[in-house]
Amino acid sequence: MDIKAYIILSLVLFSIGMIGVLVRRNSIVVFMCIELMLNSVNLLLVAFSKMHAISGIAKASPTYANDAQIFVFFIMVVAAAEVTVGLAIIVMLYRNIHSVDINFLNRLKN
Amino acid sequence: MNNVLHIVWLVPFLPLVGFLITGLLRNHLSKALTGIIASGVIAAAFGVSFYLFTEVLKGNTYVAHYFNFIQTDYLTIGFDLKVDQLSSLFLLIITGIGFLIHVYSTSYMHEESSAHFARYFSYLNLFVFSMLLLVLGSNYIIMFIGWEGVGLCSYLLIGYWFKNIEYTNAAKKAFIMNRIGDLGFLLAVFWFIAKVGSVDYDVVLSAASISKLTATDITGITMLLFIGATGKSAQIPLYTWLPDAMAGPTPVSALIHAATMVTAGIYMIARSNVLFTMAHTTQNVIAIVGIATMVVAATIALKQNDIKKVLAYSTVSQLGYMFVALGTGAYTAAVFHVMTHAFFKALLFLGAGSVIHAMGGEQDMRNMGGLKKYMPFTKITFLVGCIAIAGIPPFSGFFSKDEILASAFEHNKILWVIGVLGAMMTAFYMFRLYAMTFMGNFRGTEHQQQHLHESPAAITIPLIILAFLSIIGGWVGIPEVMVHGGHRLEHFLEPIFRASNAIDLKHIPDHTTEWMLMGVSVAVSIMAILFAISKFSKYNKSDAPETGIGRILQHKWYVDEIYNAVITKPLARLSAFFDAIIERRGIDAIVNGTGKAVNYGSRQLRWLQSGQVGAYVLLMVLGIIILFIIQMFL
Amino acid sequence: MLGTYFTFPELLIWIPLFTGIICFFLKNQKTVRSVAIISSIATLAVSCCALYFSDAVKYPSYNQVNYIWMKQIGSTLHLGLDKTGHLLTFLTALSFPVIFITTIKNNYKNAAAFYGLMLLSQAGLMGVFSAMDALLFYFCWELALVPVYFLCSKWGGEKRIQTTFKFFVYTFLGSLLMLIGIMYVYMHSPGRAFEDGTTVAHSFSMQAFYTTALSLKDQSWLFWLFFAAFAVKMPIFPLHTWQPDTYDQSPTAVTMVLSGIMVKMGLFGVIRWLLPVLPGASHKFANIAIVLSIVGIIYASCIAMVQDNIKKLIAYSSIAHIGLMSASLFSVNEMSLQGMMIQMFNHGINIIGLWVVVDILERKTGVKQLSQLGGIAAKAPALTWMLVIIALANIALPLTNGFVGEFMMFAGLYQVNIWYAVISGLGIILAAVYTLNMIQKIFYGPVNSITENVTDISFNEKLGLMVIIIFIFVLGVYPQPLIELTKNAVEGLLH
Repeated sequence: MDIKAYIILSLVLFSIGMIGVLVRRNSIVVFMCIELMLNSVNLLLVAFSKMHAISGIAKASPTYANDAQIFVFFIMVVAAAEVTVGLAIIVMLYRNIHSVDINFLNRLKN
Repeated sequence: MNNVLHIVWLVPFLPLVGFLITGLLRNHLSKALTGIIASGVIAAAFGVSFYLFTEVLKGNTYVAHYFNFIQTDYLTIGFDLKVDQLSSLFLLIITGIGFLIHVYSTSYMHEESSAHFARYFSYLNLFVFSMLLLVLGSNYIIMFIGWEGVGLCSYLLIGYWFKNIEYTNAAKKAFIMNRIGDLGFLLAVFWFIAKVGSVDYDVVLSAASISKLTATDITGITMLLFIGATGKSAQIPLYTWLPDAMAGPTPVSALIHAATMVTAGIYMIARSNVLFTMAHTTQNVIAIVGIATMVVAATIALKQNDIKKVLAYSTVSQLGYMFVALGTGAYTAAVFHVMTHAFFKALLFLGAGSVIHAMGGEQDMRNMGGLKKYMPFTKITFLVGCIAIAGIPPFSGFFSKDEILASAFEHNKILWVIGVLGAMMTAFYMFRLYAMTFMGNFRGTEHQQQHLHESPAAITIPLIILAFLSIIGGWVGIPEVMVHGGHRLEHFLEPIFRASNAIDLKHIPDHTTEWMLMGVSVAVSIMAILFAISKFSKYNKSDAPETGIGRILQHKWYVDEIYNAVITKPLARLSAFFDAIIERRGIDAIVNGTGKAVNYGSRQLRWLQSGQVGAYVLLMVLGIIILFIIQMFL
Repeated sequence: MLGTYFTFPELLIWIPLFTGIICFFLKNQKTVRSVAIISSIATLAVSCCALYFSDAVKYPSYNQVNYIWMKQIGSTLHLGLDKTGHLLTFLTALSFPVIFITTIKNNYKNAAAFYGLMLLSQAGLMGVFSAMDALLFYFCWELALVPVYFLCSKWGGEKRIQTTFKFFVYTFLGSLLMLIGIMYVYMHSPGRAFEDGTTVAHSFSMQAFYTTALSLKDQSWLFWLFFAAFAVKMPIFPLHTWQPDTYDQSPTAVTMVLSGIMVKMGLFGVIRWLLPVLPGASHKFANIAIVLSIVGIIYASCIAMVQDNIKKLIAYSSIAHIGLMSASLFSVNEMSLQGMMIQMFNHGINIIGLWVVVDILERKTGVKQLSQLGGIAAKAPALTWMLVIIALANIALPLTNGFVGEFMMFAGLYQVNIWYAVISGLGIILAAVYTLNMIQKIFYGPVNSITENVTDISFNEKLGLMVIIIFIFVLGVYPQPLIELTKNAVEGLLH
C-alpha cells in the first residue's frame, strides 16, 4: 500500500488530537487527545519502518526490519505507564478541587 | 679579608646592637643604664672610626664584602662597605657629633619616663646605624637602605611626642617629602641597572661604564639623583619639611636636621662627582637651586621668632651654599662646609636646646633676652657658633664659606654677589637671634625667671667641645694664599675627586682677587653683625603686626599655603572624586546596574508564565509551526 | 619510602581536606579549634619538608604524583610542585596557623562549620598551586572559592549577603569564562596514551596544554577569557569593586585568606596557564594589562588616601600592591618576574600581619573607623611598634621584606618603559601617605573615650605577629633563599 495513505491518516489523527488539546477544557479529554497524538506518531513510525524494511531487506541482517517495530512496543509500554501516572494525577486533582477543568490549574502562578 | 679595614662592619653594628638592647629592653632598663649603653656604643663606634681614619690617612682604602644582598644572574648587589677618604671623614663626623649629642640627650631628655627615654635612645641609635650605612655603603642600594633608614628615624624622632597631633603631622610631612626625593633616587638606580647592569660605585663610576652612557643618560641620571638630594637635603622645592621637623626634641634637630642626615644629599653627589662633572646642565640646575634655596631660606630666617625655626631656616640656607659648591664643581668645598657646618650648627642647636631647657620649653625669642647673666657657658659657646656661621676669620665657617664663594666667583659673578648677600643675611639673622636671646632685659614671666639656670655638665661639656671644634675645625682647609700647603683636606680628599678634577680644570683666582673676595665677605658680615646687635640688643616686645614684605617673610613666602592649594588639596579632591564618582557611581553602578537590569527583565518575562495550560500548549504549537516555516523557507 | 607511598603535594591536600571534613562532625568549639590548629601546623610541617626536598632533580618522586582519574576524557589527578608551587604552598601552609592562632579569641557561631570550611578552602588552595591538569586546576579553583562564599555569607558583617552576592557573581563569572577557555584549548590539545594502552584524542594535562598550537586569532579571544578569571581574582582595575566590600564584610580570618593567599591564585594562574598556553596573545596584550595594572595602582592608592574605614583602606592598598605585581608579571623580564615571585610571598606575609592588627584593634575597640580611633600608642606600645613594622614593610622600606621585591619589580618595569616605572613609582609616595595617615590616626594623638580602655596584646597575638615580623626582617636582610627558590621558575617562564 502506498505510504501516503498512512501519512495522511496519522496527520489527521494528530491534528484532531492537537485541536482537542487546544480547545477542550476537560483534562480527561485533553489527556485522551494527547494519547491520540502519541498514537498517530506511533502509527507513522510503524508505517515508515515497514517501508524501509522492504527497500533495505537485501543488505541488512534479519533483525533489521523489526527494529522500529520493537520501538513501537517500547512507546506503548511507556505510554501505558504514563497513562497510569497521568490518570492518577487527575484523580488527585479532582479530589482536591472537585473539578477537572484545566483552567483552574494555575495555582503555581503566584 | 686580610685588610685590617675589614672590621668596618663594627661601626654600624655597634649602634645597631645599642638600638636592639635599648629598644627591646626599654621597659626593664634604668635611665642611667640606657644612657650608658646608647652613648657607649656610639663612643665605641667613634673609636673604631678613628682607627679606620688613621688607616685611611696612611693611604689604605678598602671595600669589605660580607654577603650578597641580592644575587641573580643579571644583577648582583653585595652587602659591601667601602672605607675611603670620603666615608672615613663622614664616619668621624657622624660618630663624633653623634656621641656628643647622645651625652647631651641623657641630660636633656631626663624628664621622660624610662620607657620613653629608652625609646628615644633606641631611635637615636637606629639613626646613627642608618646614617653609617648610608655613608659606608659601597653601592647605591646600601646607600639607599641607609637613605630610607635615616628618613624613617627622622620620622620617628620628629613624632617622638606622639600625643601632639601637630608633631606627628610634621613627622609625616618629612617622611613623605623625603619619599618624593627617594623616587628620584630609585629611578636613577634603575637607570644604572638598565644601562650599566650594576649599582656598585666602583663599576658605575668607572670610565668604562661611563663610556656606555650617552649624554642624555648622564644628564637624566644626575637630575634624578639631584631630585633625591633635594628631598633629603631640604632644597627647593622639597625644603618645607625641615622647618616643621623642629617639632622633634632639640638634640634630634641638632643631630639629624643639622649635622648629619640633611647632608646625605651632599655626600651622595660628592660620591658620584664624576657623573655630575660631566653633566653641565645638571650642574647649572644644582647651582641655581642651591643659590635660590639659600636666599629664600635666609630671607625667611630674618623674620622668624621661634629660636629653632631661625636655626632650621639657617640650616636650609647653609645647605643651599653646599649645593652651590657642588654645582660649581667645588666638591671639596662642599664636603668642607658639611664638616664645619656640622660643628657650628650642632653647637647652635644644642645651645638653643640649653636655652629652651632653661626657659622651661619656651621657644619664642620675644620672651627671652638677657640670658647671658644666667647661662655663661651657653652664651659663650653660642657666640662662638654665631661667629663661626657668620664667617669671621679664623673661625671655621669662614674658611669653608670663603672657598664656596671663591668657586662661585670663578663660575659666575652673579652667583657670587647673591652668595655674599646671603652671607650678609646669615650674619644678620644669627646675631639678631643672639641679641634677642642673650642681650638686653629678660622679657619672660616671673616664673621662668626664677627657674633660669645654667645647664648641667652633660649639656655644657658637649657645647664646649663643639665650640672648640667650631673654632679650629676650619684650620684643615686654610687656603693656599694664606698658608702654603694649608689646605690639608683637599689633599686628603684628592683621590675621591681626581677623576672630576681631570675633566674640569679649575682656574685658580690670582692672589689679589682672592684676598679681595675674602675682604668683601668679611666686611659685609661684620657690618651686618653690628647692625643686628645695635638693632636688637635693646629689643622690646611689640604686638604690632608685620607689614609689607616683612609679613610675607614671616609667613615663609606662603610656600606651605601654595603647596597646599596646588598639590595637597587637588590630590585630595581627585581622590574623593575617584572614590565617590568613579568607584561608587561608575564601576559599582555598572555592576549593580547589570544586576538590576537582569532582575527587571526577569520580572517582565515572568508574565509569560501565566499558569494556563492552554496558553502553554498554544505557545508550543505556535513554536513548532514557526520552526516548520523556518525549516521550509530557509 | 616517602616518594613511594605518599608525596608532598597530596599530603598537603589530604591533610586539610580530611581534617576539614572531620571538623564538620565535631561538636565542641574548643576541640574543633585545636583540630584545625593541629592540622594546619601539620600541613606547615609537611610543607617545610617539601621545601627541603624541593630539588626536582635529586628527589624527583617526592613532588610529583599522577593518579588515573577521568581517563576517558584525558584528565588525571596529576599533582606536582614546581618552584612557584613550592613558594605558594609554603605561603598557604604558613598563613593558616598564623591566622588560626591570632584569631583564636574570636568566637564563631557553629565553629565546626567555620573551621571545616576554612580547611576545605586551604585544601583547594593547595590544589590550585599544585595542579598539573587543567580540569583539576579548575576543580580546585572552585573548591577554594566556594567555602569562601559560605564563610562570608554566614559569618560576615551586616551587609554580608549583598557583598557575598557581588563577590560570587564576579568570581563565578570569571571562573566560567575560564572554563570555556579551558574547554576550547582542550578541544585543540594533542592526545595522549596511558600506561594501560588507552588512548584519548585530547587531554587536560598541563603538558598537552603547553604544546597546543593555537592560532593568534584564537589566542586573542582566549586570552581575555582566562584574563577575566585571573584579573577578577587579583583584582585588576576595573574588576576590583568586589574586593573592598568583601574584605570589609568577611570575618577577618577569611579576609586574611582572601587577601594573603587567594589573590595569589590570580597571579599564579597567569604564571602557570595564561603565559605558557597563550604566549602570542600574552605578548600582544601585555601592554594593555600593564597599563590597566598601573592605572589600578594610582587609582587604588588615591582612594585609599580618603578611606576612613581601616579595612577598606587596607583593601585598596592591597589592590595597589597587586597592581604592581601584575604589571611586573606582564612585563616578563628577569628583574620584574624575580621581583614578583619574591613579592608574592612577602605581600602575603605582610598583608596577613596587617589584618591581624586590624582584627585585634576591632576586637579591642569595636570600631573600624580611623576617625574614631587615636592615642593607642600610649595604651598598647607593643601593638604599635608591631603594626609600624608591618606597615613599613608593606610600603617597602629597605631591610624589610617588601623592599627587595618592589625594587626588582620597579627595575624590571623600568626596562620595559621608563614611564611605567615613574607612574607606578608615584604609588610608593601615595602608599607612604595613606600608611602614615593610618598609623597616625590609630596610634597617635590624644586618647579618646573609645580607646581609653585598650590593653596591650596577648601572648597568642604576639606570637603570631612575631612570626610575621621575623619573616619580615630575615627576608628583608637576606632575601637570597627566596631568590634561589624562584630562580628556575623565572627562567622557565622566560624561555
